[in-house]
Order: sequence, then structure tokens, then C-alpha cells
Amino acid sequence: MIYEGKKRIWSEYQKEIPEDNYFYVRSCIRQNFFPASEKTFLDIVRNRLGKDFFETQHHTTCGGIAYHSDAIPQETVMTIIARQFALMTEAGYKNYACSCITSFGLYTETMETWKLFPELEAKIREILWKTCHKEFRIPENLAHASDIIYKFRNMIAEKAAYRLVNVKTGKPLRVVEHIGCHYAKMFPSRGVGGAEYPYVLAGMIESWGGEVIDYPERRHCCGFGFRQYLVKANRGYSLSNTHKKFESMAPFKPDMIITNCPGCPYFMDRWQYVISELEGKTYGENGYGIPVFTYEEVAGLVLGYDPWDLGLQMHQVAVEPLLDKMGIKYDPAKKYLGENGKYIGKPQMPRFIKCC
Amino acid sequence: MGKLYEKLMQDYRFKEGMKACINCGTCTAICPAAEFYKYDPRSIVDMVQSRDEEAIEKLLKSETIWYCGECMSCVTRCPRKNAPGLIVMALRSLSIDEGYFIHSEKGRQQYVINKEMYSNILNYGYCVYPRTFKYEDHPEYGTTGQWIEQNLDEIHKRVGSNLDGDGPGILRKIPDEDLMQLRNIFEQTGAFKRMDTLKRLSKERADSLGLTEEEYSEQIFNTISEGHFN
Repeated sequence: MIYEGKKRIWSEYQKEIPEDNYFYVRSCIRQNFFPASEKTFLDIVRNRLGKDFFETQHHTTCGGIAYHSDAIPQETVMTIIARQFALMTEAGYKNYACSCITSFGLYTETMETWKLFPELEAKIREILWKTCHKEFRIPENLAHASDIIYKFRNMIAEKAAYRLVNVKTGKPLRVVEHIGCHYAKMFPSRGVGGAEYPYVLAGMIESWGGEVIDYPERRHCCGFGFRQYLVKANRGYSLSNTHKKFESMAPFKPDMIITNCPGCPYFMDRWQYVISELEGKTYGENGYGIPVFTYEEVAGLVLGYDPWDLGLQMHQVAVEPLLDKMGIKYDPAKKYLGENGKYIGKPQMPRFIKCC
Repeated sequence: MGKLYEKLMQDYRFKEGMKACINCGTCTAICPAAEFYKYDPRSIVDMVQSRDEEAIEKLLKSETIWYCGECMSCVTRCPRKNAPGLIVMALRSLSIDEGYFIHSEKGRQQYVINKEMYSNILNYGYCVYPRTFKYEDHPEYGTTGQWIEQNLDEIHKRVGSNLDGDGPGILRKIPDEDLMQLRNIFEQTGAFKRMDTLKRLSKERADSLGLTEEEYSEQIFNTISEGHFN
């Protein structure tokens, strides 16, 4: 009886994720800080899984960061979104995949608002025609790119070169999963597993051999806070929230953190450095930090991509302790090479947190 | 119905987010901002639902409405389907458009946020663009960030970006015709009007303090007074 009830509740949080044929749009933050993640994603879905993902150079920011830092009005962001939908329509696609969580939340909010207020959708259509001479169809399906990796997680596991297992002990790696707030907190039914028990990253971790850690502040925001980070005077907010999460997860001794939002890994990576500079405190083993990854990077590591092709040299917290635990073969000398194998120098060593 | 409440009611976020608040305080309990700042979303929603024009005007001029991080954790939890985060967004928009933002330290910060966002979006097509994201303004970018900034083109090429290049790809140059369309959208939907209000009132304030535009921007970007924190 209880099992049946749980199954019924759970079924409300199963979203449909199409098999193939997506129109793909990029993320401002991911392109800046984790550019190789998007390259890896497209390589996996196109070349390893044989799926069709179309991209056009004409798409732009969705305006999400500007909207959530209150810089642009709602009608502005909705018209930019309508323009993106028009590009999808022109290219002949019905399934829309986005790399950014802020975008994902905003697309969802926009489509829900238009359902409630059709007169607003009509107004945006009119503005889009007036400003861009474009028309659009609303996507039949909206997926975040992490939904797609989740859907194909077992196929990735079948092709795995490495698993989320400590090769020395044979035990599963202990993994913190951090879901971007705008993935499901506003519209729980639009994310795999809803807002309280999101399964999109947990499913990947389990499928690839790791163990998911539950800890008190698991659902706490990373602390981005839009204007709370963009303005230097407000950044204490952002730092304090990340600090709260790390204090909460530290006793559970995570080997790594995996995220689906492009901003969260940046803040959880860089604020660890700042905490170490301010307090001399580090959260990983032996003076290192806890390495933080995008889900594309983790999928890439599992599939055997070279860590430096995945852009892991762009992280502040050293990733090598995790690579060693997984038994991944890598050449440390290649970490700081430029495009044609030219050595470009290496970053200065921080004062406290150990880096390789 | 008063003038300000009527204006709030025209905002779709307010229509969606404001049902009937029972003052349970669940939103405040879950709110990351409420732990850090002297911030209480419960009382904001309660104040707004009172429809007291004087109280709403005071709120629009206050520091309070600028403390939210728009994570929307409150939306998940509210037992009556209110969305305090959306209500705050509507309040902030009204505060800017009515010029009330200039009365608070946190409100005045909106000028530098808008300058950065509009410049990145209209010139490059991105909210964040690597050639304008400076280590100097972001020391938390770390020693790796400093290294990335010093070797920007080389590193982006190494990891497969198409930085400022033609065609699709990571950080591609977004064609001028697309940037022009973004500009048209900004014009038609009131984004430039919002910027004009911010610019005009910020200039008046800078003049009254005897500061240049640059000095004023630097001051609001860096300054934090006491009294904001819990």
C-alpha cells in the first residue's frame, strides 16, 4: 500500500525527455567558466550516442542574469525568449534543450505565465514581429541538458572507461550532488524528481558507481544571488551561503561535488579558495579542497576523455586527487599547455589551499 | 485601490505570486537572505497585502527589497502558493521605475548592475563576456582566474571555444543583425526607459555629492554601510 502510494507520488515527478532531435542553446556562464563542458556535451550526444543536436550562431543570451538582477523588464526577457523559440521554429525543431539552469527556469516560467495569461503571449508575439519580424511555436518539450545526460546515463555507464569508484579501496566514491535552484524549486514537476528529491544528478552518480551523500544543507542555494554577487559590496552574501554548505557537508567527507547549474560549480570552486585565504581552512583531504565538477565533466571522465580536454585546468580547486582515486591516467605536464602544445605558464600557488 | 498597489497589480509576477499570505513565516525560515541580512520576506508579503499605500512607498524606498537573492526557495515551500520572490521582483521593478531606488544604498547599486548587463548584452549578446569580466573586479576568480585572464585566447582555443569567431560554438561572435534585434527588443519593451531613469537619478545624486560618473559608480560598487546584517 505504502509502496503503491509512493509510486503514485513519484510518477508526478517523472518528466518526458525526448530521445532525439533537439535545438540546443548555450549558457553565458558555462561558456565563460566551463567552456569545454558544452563541447563535451555535444560530443557525447552527437558522436557517442548518435543524436541530432542543432545549434545556430544566431541565438543569444536569454537575458536571465539581467532579468534576475532586475536590470531588464519581464517583457524584455520574454521577447528575447520568444526570439530564441522563433530560431527553433525556423530550424524545424520541436524539442528545446538548454545548457543553463537560470534559462531553464525562465523558459519554464515564461511558458507557464503565457498559459495563465494568454493576452501576454499575444502581446509578446506582436512585439517580436515588430522588432525582429519573427514568429514562433512554443517548444513541445523543454529539457535541461542534464535531463538528457540523465536519460542516457546507463548507455554512458555501458561505455565507461572509469567508474566513480576508488580504485585503491574498491569502494564507491562519496558524492555531493548540488542542483541549481531554478531547476525545480519554482516548478517542481518540470525537473526529474521534483524539488525535494531531485534525481537528475543522483541517477547519474548511482549509474556510474558512486554513492550519493545526504547532508543537512543539501538543498541550500550555492549563494549566487544575482545582484548579491554582481556587486562587489554584496559578495559576502554569496560567500556566506557557500560557507554554510561546506560546513554542513564537510563531516560527511565527500570525494567530489557534481552540479547541474553553470554558476554553482564556479561559486563552490572559487569560494573554497577565498575561505582558505581568509581563514586558512580547507575542506578536502590533506590540505586540498573538495573538487567541484559540472555533470558534463563527470560524464567525460567516466567516458575516458582527457582531463585537460575537459578544461579541468580552469578550476581553482585541484582535481588531481579525484583523478587519482578514479585511477584516471593523465599527464600532469600537459595541464598548462596552450593550443599547439605551447607552455603558457601556470597560475600562482594560493597561500593555503593545496593545488597541483 | 491606491496608485502603487494598482501598479503592482499590473505586473504579471505580482498577479502570479500574491495570493493570500497566512503569515506562517515558512518563506523566512527557508530564505538564504533572511539568515544573512535583516530580511523577512513574510513581513514584506504581509505589508503588501495590506494595500497600505504609505507602507508600500516606504518599502519601495527601503533597503529591504534589495536583500533577496531570487533563488526562489520560498516558492517551493509556501503552503498557500504565494511566491515572495516574484513579489520582490515586482517591487524592485516598481521601485526603479518610480525612482524610489535612489533612496537606499542597495537600490542605488542597480545603476552599476544595469550598466554592466546592458553593455554585455547589447555589445556582445551575452550576460557575461570574458573580455569584460575582470580579475581586478573579481579577486575571488582566484589565481587560476588571473592565469585565465592573462592567457584568455590561448586557453579558450585549447579547450575548444570559438571565442569571437564566426559560425556557431562557444563564445562565438554574435552577428550584428542579431545584436540589432536585441536592441530593438530593448527599445520596444521599456528596457532603455528603465536605464534612462537609473541614469538620470544617479547623475543627479553624483552631482549633489560632487562626484564624477566614474567615481560614483566605483563608490556604489564597493561601499557597504553597517546595519544590513543579522
